Amino acid sequence: MGQHQDVYFVPSKSQWPIVAAVVLFLTVFGAGHWLNAEPGESGFGKTFLLIGFVGVLAMFFGWFRAVIRESLAGRYNAQVDRSFRMGMMWFIFSEVMFFGAFFGALFYARLYAVPWLGGEGHGVLTHQFLWNDYAAAWGANGGNGPARIGGSFETVPPWGMPLLNTLILLTSSVTVTIAHHAIKDGHRGRVLLFLGLTVLLGASFLYFQANEYMEAYRELNLTLKSGVYGSTFFMLTGFHGMHVTLGTIMLAVMWLRELKGHFTRDHHFAFEAVAWYWHFVDVVWLGLFIFVYIL
Amino acid sequence: MTTGGIRIKAWAATACALLCGVAWANPKPGQLNMPRGVTEWSERPYLLNNVALGVCVVIGVLVFGAMAIAMVRFRKSRGAVAEKWTHNTTLEIVWTTIPVLILVVLAYLATGGLTTFADTTGSQMTVKVTGYQWKWRYDYVEYRGKAIDKVGFMSRLDAQSDETRQLGSGLDPHAVQVDGENTYLLNVDEPLVVPVGVKIRFVITAGDVIHSWWVPDLGWKIDAIPGIVNAAWATIKTPGVYRGQCAELCGQDHGFMPVVVKAVTRSEFEQWLAQRQARAAPAPAATAPAPAKQG
Amino acid sequence: MAHAATHDQHDDHHHGAPKGFFARWVMSTNHKDIGTLYLVLSLIAFFIGGSFAMVIRAELFKPGLQLVQPYFFNEMTTLHALVMIFGAVMPAFVGLGNWMIPLMIGAPDMALPRMNNLSFWLLPFAFVLLLSTLFLPGGGPAGGWTLYPPLSLQGQSLAYSVFAIHLMGISSIMGAINIIATILNLRAPGMDLLKMPVFVWTWLITAFLLIAVMPVLAGAVTMLLTDKYFGTSFFNAAGGGDPVLYQHIFWFFGHPEVYIMILPAFGLISEIIPTFARKPIFGYKAMVFAVASIAFLSFIVWAHHMFAVGLPLGADIFFMYATMLIAVPTGVKVFNWVSTMWGGSMSFETPMLWAVAFVILFTIGGFSGLMLALVPADFQYHDSYFVVAHFHYVLVTGAIFAIIAGVYYWLPKWTGRMYSEFWGKVHFWNSVVWVNVLFFPQHFLGLAGMPRRIPDYNVAFANFNMVSSIGGFLFGASQLIFLGVIVHCVFFSRKQALDRVWEGARGLEWTVPSPAPHHTFEVPPLIHDEDLAHGHAVD
Ligand code: HEA
Ligand code: HEA
Ligand code: CUA
Ligand SMILES: [Cu+2]
Repeated sequence: MGQHQDVYFVPSKSQWPIVAAVVLFLTVFGAGHWLNAEPGESGFGKTFLLIGFVGVLAMFFGWFRAVIRESLAGRYNAQVDRSFRMGMMWFIFSEVMFFGAFFGALFYARLYAVPWLGGEGHGVLTHQFLWNDYAAAWGANGGNGPARIGGSFETVPPWGMPLLNTLILLTSSVTVTIAHHAIKDGHRGRVLLFLGLTVLLGASFLYFQANEYMEAYRELNLTLKSGVYGSTFFMLTGFHGMHVTLGTIMLAVMWLRELKGHFTRDHHFAFEAVAWYWHFVDVVWLGLFIFVYIL
Repeated sequence: MTTGGIRIKAWAATACALLCGVAWANPKPGQLNMPRGVTEWSERPYLLNNVALGVCVVIGVLVFGAMAIAMVRFRKSRGAVAEKWTHNTTLEIVWTTIPVLILVVLAYLATGGLTTFADTTGSQMTVKVTGYQWKWRYDYVEYRGKAIDKVGFMSRLDAQSDETRQLGSGLDPHAVQVDGENTYLLNVDEPLVVPVGVKIRFVITAGDVIHSWWVPDLGWKIDAIPGIVNAAWATIKTPGVYRGQCAELCGQDHGFMPVVVKAVTRSEFEQWLAQRQARAAPAPAATAPAPAKQG
Repeated sequence: MAHAATHDQHDDHHHGAPKGFFARWVMSTNHKDIGTLYLVLSLIAFFIGGSFAMVIRAELFKPGLQLVQPYFFNEMTTLHALVMIFGAVMPAFVGLGNWMIPLMIGAPDMALPRMNNLSFWLLPFAFVLLLSTLFLPGGGPAGGWTLYPPLSLQGQSLAYSVFAIHLMGISSIMGAINIIATILNLRAPGMDLLKMPVFVWTWLITAFLLIAVMPVLAGAVTMLLTDKYFGTSFFNAAGGGDPVLYQHIFWFFGHPEVYIMILPAFGLISEIIPTFARKPIFGYKAMVFAVASIAFLSFIVWAHHMFAVGLPLGADIFFMYATMLIAVPTGVKVFNWVSTMWGGSMSFETPMLWAVAFVILFTIGGFSGLMLALVPADFQYHDSYFVVAHFHYVLVTGAIFAIIAGVYYWLPKWTGRMYSEFWGKVHFWNSVVWVNVLFFPQHFLGLAGMPRRIPDYNVAFANFNMVSSIGGFLFGASQLIFLGVIVHCVFFSRKQALDRVWEGARGLEWTVPSPAPHHTFEVPPLIHDEDLAHGHAVD
């Protein structure tokens, strides 16, 4: 691994990092203010949040435009490419750990917290002294805890929309891989077709997911507030949904860049990074499908 | 000769008291070590503490001694010339193995204590302890197989400490005394009364945030967690008043919710209990405030 | 074979720093400038966090409340810890890593220089956000740095604290990614992994820890946020959750976090002791392996912070054993440092003094850690001042001492001038004496039964608290000497530093001029094993 390369690349100074820091600060400052505001006073925080958010989008646009230009100008050598790859890989690993925290919460709640409240094993006294009318169960029969927080609810059956969405995401993983091979083979038409299909699949996933949420809220009374069941359900699927949204946007950008002819057979790291990300989102979904919906 | 002997004895007694804490039940100025405690179990942490401390001191003397010798002998200013060697496998194996052996011994000692501690069976009395911001509630649940009804009360910081502890009160903490012993912040309006020689089971929970019930002389602390019940036990050997404090940050007055346990003989206790039950019978006793809603 | 590094803008070609304050410091892509920024931020944070500690020690000077209200005291405790951990120690290590890792492995810069700049600039904003809560009507966070619910949910400023932690987390993750990419991708040809300086190794492993656990912290505080503002029930037993769940998630982050604050310190000490012992580090491979084992074990010991929450017996036992195991690889490190000194030719310039003090005092902190690991004993120690004594020994005389040692060690390389050896030693002796006066008595307080996080106490605890406070004030004041030494060295010192500042120093960083020019190793250096700290180690 002691690499042999003879040219180091050091990028020029840039205003984007400080812009990024400022807009991120505005975003969270606005959000914090909004959350803390008394009813009717939230305008100030909302405004900041909005400015910050738009700023973040603009920053990403500007920063990536600069990077794309450098890339197109051929300034990045193989070593830079490797650094980018490592960066993306470790970023995805950090995302895995982020989801890990929420999966951990899910497993803990199901395997320990809820059974203990119901009096199993370590929870005998807890049950006896505090919650002796609580019969623990996951899902609709107790997933919202002894106080039945949020009222009774029903769960989303896995074999309807979730199954459909699973198939959609799995298919999209295939299409994005086909598009990748097409790039390597230099088939632009095929790239645009399959990449476009991937974007559409991502968007339809989101559409169905949004429907599912509305149905959960309206018909099943399953909400974020439905005890720990609702909490884990919506936080896990919600963060996943946000990642799909981001992934879809990035795929769409890749489609546009392909349209502009940015990618060559052996120079298309941006595309690959997005594809990795997409696979990661896909794998997380499989975890969700199994542990949140089926089991 | 005699005076000298007495002086030495007095000195030895003080030293013993400072180091072992046996002579006094409550923290004393200059106390250096953990109290030995007054329960069947409290000797275990005390002994474990001393053994572990001893082991560390011995290892410390060896390691720091070797360092000191090195620093004296191998100084450049004394003309020391650096050796060239960089490792020694035998030595490295030795100093990996020896610590392992020491740890095995310590682990053995610690594990024995734990299994005893975890065993709350065979108790003859149950007291329910509930932490609130910023007071404790004690409910007598059961004594020698008989359920107890409506004996329960709040226990909070005594008035004198409370007055003295106000910012800029101008009152002297040294003046807060009971029977010549300083009780500043360690006294309550109404202590928990328990019998000696009886295995008492404490079931511990909280009404708002997490607290922790700690009396050093009982040899343990355990968290009082809202919605969860923890259990621990104690068999107190000697009558006396044992003082402790809340040991989990629970808000602004965390420092001001002491725990006082008054251990009396069994007959005294039974008398006290009978009195309390009689008092409780006519008028319904005040019930605990409803646990504050979380979130 | 070697070409010059490419820069894509003209002004960067001329080997000097860009002109213009804003362009140089705010838009930087230079690892040395960004390293400097980190170090300056860290120093400022150390003083802010230290001032909070002074408030704590002043209130605890004698029994009775004299200065602050209890709530404010709790804010001070909470922010003291958050500022010291996320503002002083971590940025200091990132700063040292930024400055030195490229120099030590023969790289021209960090692998992702712009992201590097962003990692830094998030921090000042995060701290403004965090500290501004002190001035809000509801007050700042006061639930301890561990932010345990449900107490932390009562705080009015929870949202700001959570977002500040998110920003710091993003910063740390990006910083860690950068360090990994730099070490794995930018080493000069011939700088094999097992020839890297130990400091680089420790940072590589630390970076893995950071990427693995910072997102978990982000998840934990996000759940706090939704529990407070959006009605979720993660930590609410009535809704099927459990307050203890938070503690599990937090400490899954928190324990590796404390090793994040000590592993780079181990690295620093492993550079400094061989230099001043004029003898290669003893057992290089064992040292690297020990760090890796500590990092691995750090993931399976978290619940030793929770022995008093009422875990099932089996969990108590498992976590106790796993925790105790860490003493073994840590012992290997300590023994190897001593063996490096043994048979050396030692001199005791300021960095070496700090390093020696580190070895002794950190070990004392490790010993109390081992005592804490014994569950039955921890039922007594937990949440008492014994714990406070433990972690200040490992953090202050551990992490902070190592950082100070590192700063003295490399300051001449950074500035090109020598600091005042005399004042450095005055700083050292004052610090080492007062820090023990400050923290040693806290062991006794804890054993005698004084809980932590209380603003006032019984008179039985008065004597040792007063001693501790006096030690605290004097230790704090001693740090003003540090400031003086740095300012003098940077702006006033006349004494030129050699390129190889210390006679026994080995490693690539000593082959470049002092001060290190704005750009170094634009051409990958040819590695001669004798130049390396470990390249010539025979084993
Ligand atoms: C840099 C930070 C750092 C480091 C390195 C450590 C190192 C260790 N810590 Fe510490 N710890 C903290 C920071 C750190 N800790 C903090 C901040 C807290 C409190 C958090 C809070 O609640 O706010 C804490 C709390 C804490 C607790 C919880 C206490 C409680 O709240 O009840 C425990 C319990 O097991 C513990 C154990 C240990 C152990 C076993 C080590 C080991 O790694 C130590 C190993 C080292 C040695 C043992 C010495 C050298 C070895 C030898 C010379 C070999 C031979 C020795 C023997 C065989 C004994 N620590
Ligand atoms: C790296 C981390 C770190 C560092 C460096 C320190 C440094 C210090 N800490 Fe630490 N501390 C923690 C991490 C750290 N601490 C943590 C994690 C907690 C737990 C919090 C919790 O419970 O949630 C804690 C809690 C804590 C407590 C317990 C509070 C409580 O339980 O209520 C105390 C009390 O003495 C204390 C004291 C000090 C002191 C005196 C220093 C000194 O070393 C500081 C010295 C530095 C300076 C003083 C600044 C420089 C000088 C000046 C500003 C000049 C002006 C000063 C004078 C002229 C006097 N700290
Ligand atoms: Cu109750 Cu602290
Ligand atoms: Cu730990």
